[in-house]
Amino acid sequence: MNSPKKSLTINQKYNITGWLFLLPAALLIFAMNFYPMLQALVLSFKTGIGNNQVWGGIANYKRLLEDRVFWTALTNNFFYLIIQVPVMLFLAIILASLLNKKDLKFKGLFRTAIFLPCCTALVSYSIIFKTLFAYDGYINTILLNMGMISSRVNWLGQVSTAKIIIIIALIWRWTGYNMVFYLAGLQNIDESLYEAARIDGAGPVKAFLKITVPLLRPTILLTTIMSINGTLQLFDESVNLTNGGPANSTLTMSHYIYKASFEYNPQFGYAAAMSYVIFILVAVLSFVQMKVGDKR
Amino acid sequence: MRKLKNFGAYVILTIVSLISVFPLYWMIAASTNNSTDILGGRLIFGTHLMKNLEKLLAEQNVGRAFLNSLFYSCILSLLSLIVCSIAGYGFEIYHDRAKDRLMSVLLLAMMVPFAATLIPLFKLFTGMHLQSTWIAYVLPTISTPFLIMLFRQSARSFPLEIIEAARIDGLSELRIFATIFVPTMKSTYAAAMTVTFMNAWNNYLWPKVIMMSGTSQTMPMLVANLSVGYSIDYGVLMLGVLICSLPTGILFLILQRSFANGIVGAVKG
Repeated sequence: MNSPKKSLTINQKYNITGWLFLLPAALLIFAMNFYPMLQALVLSFKTGIGNNQVWGGIANYKRLLEDRVFWTALTNNFFYLIIQVPVMLFLAIILASLLNKKDLKFKGLFRTAIFLPCCTALVSYSIIFKTLFAYDGYINTILLNMGMISSRVNWLGQVSTAKIIIIIALIWRWTGYNMVFYLAGLQNIDESLYEAARIDGAGPVKAFLKITVPLLRPTILLTTIMSINGTLQLFDESVNLTNGGPANSTLTMSHYIYKASFEYNPQFGYAAAMSYVIFILVAVLSFVQMKVGDKR
Repeated sequence: MRKLKNFGAYVILTIVSLISVFPLYWMIAASTNNSTDILGGRLIFGTHLMKNLEKLLAEQNVGRAFLNSLFYSCILSLLSLIVCSIAGYGFEIYHDRAKDRLMSVLLLAMMVPFAATLIPLFKLFTGMHLQSTWIAYVLPTISTPFLIMLFRQSARSFPLEIIEAARIDGLSELRIFATIFVPTMKSTYAAAMTVTFMNAWNNYLWPKVIMMSGTSQTMPMLVANLSVGYSIDYGVLMLGVLICSLPTGILFLILQRSFANGIVGAVKG
């Protein structure tokens, strides 16, 4: 009975319990995220093929600057980011505020329908879109039958359209997901605010801009960070929808890293250097977002 | 006036709903048709479902891939919910300055792109000869800052008086967590379960790298393989896509309500 535990105060006991509760999760994050991150940093200063790695200093980073494909992939990611994220989040917030109307019927039905795309695996929906927009696919057939195009369009084989199809697919897949977050955020806004605004003569657009948007700011911040993070890490769509083509015009950075690591000659060091570019971009953009989002 | 305004809402929501559902309807319809009919633009259900299924089963080991995916995803979700919920609870209920600091450090892991840890993790698991095992599949994503945060946020709304009453009754700290906290947080668990299972099932990059043996292939890998080749049978392909989407679709439809409530809890405060 005279164990050392007895000498602990009750608060110390709770404190230790708390540490024990969070220990497994914390250790796993350190072992599976932070430690590999450090290893990747070391690796990024080595050059060579496969397991024959020698110290190369900043050779990999120099090579990055001259690698045309890498710059194309980087630009592609930013193109998706700049076009897709704002359009999708705007759409999601509009849909959420429409669904939040008190006197609207079939709410559950609409919500389910709009969220449904999120249930498909990333690989699955990439293939559905690939098939729909194939040269001999349904979209071409229906547009031909309706007389809107005179001959079949090679949607995924042209630089100009392939990117747009990926953006359409991304918006289709993720709008409902973000909408759920906005719907949740809207639950916390007092309905009487809108009534007061209506009495003061504010129209729906003004109420949206002056009440909905400011009060949803934390949720908008959260969804923006999630979307930026997701867009900079796009992989499945690039692989399965277009396989990076035509002429690398849809290749993403993650896809290029995968190719450099696991196709042809594995160049782990170079791939690690590229992955650090993504890391720095994600970190900087999230940081800027938090600084901007925290204001006011 | 009000009727007119909502009329606009109905029109927009109906159009968006139709666009959302159409590709999925098309996928289901296509899985019952043959390739020629699908390319001809047939939109109604056909009679080729069984033929497509026979061909799919003959070409690919669908049963194996399906069970693999199911097994990996269930284990991953289960472990993830246990590890992250107890951590979130620990961070909130016993919080002090040191734990709060650790939490903000862990949150940084959200910014770590998977591509950056991919190669070291690949080397780690192949070094331990764990490639193509469920351990390699689940270990990197059991603990995620997102889930820990979700549970920490919901523990915030958990009344401390209940914990104190339970302590007076002589319950151990672990018992309080397991028998009082867990049952009251059903909707948070449902939301976490939905997100985790979907992510686990849909995981593609990591399995593509680490699940090298044919017998450890997952459903998304199988479907991706179906879609490349010179002559693609679209009916068979769409049936594969459909089978791959069924578990996550069913799970979402079952847990839908609690999912929405769980997210409300997470976004609050």
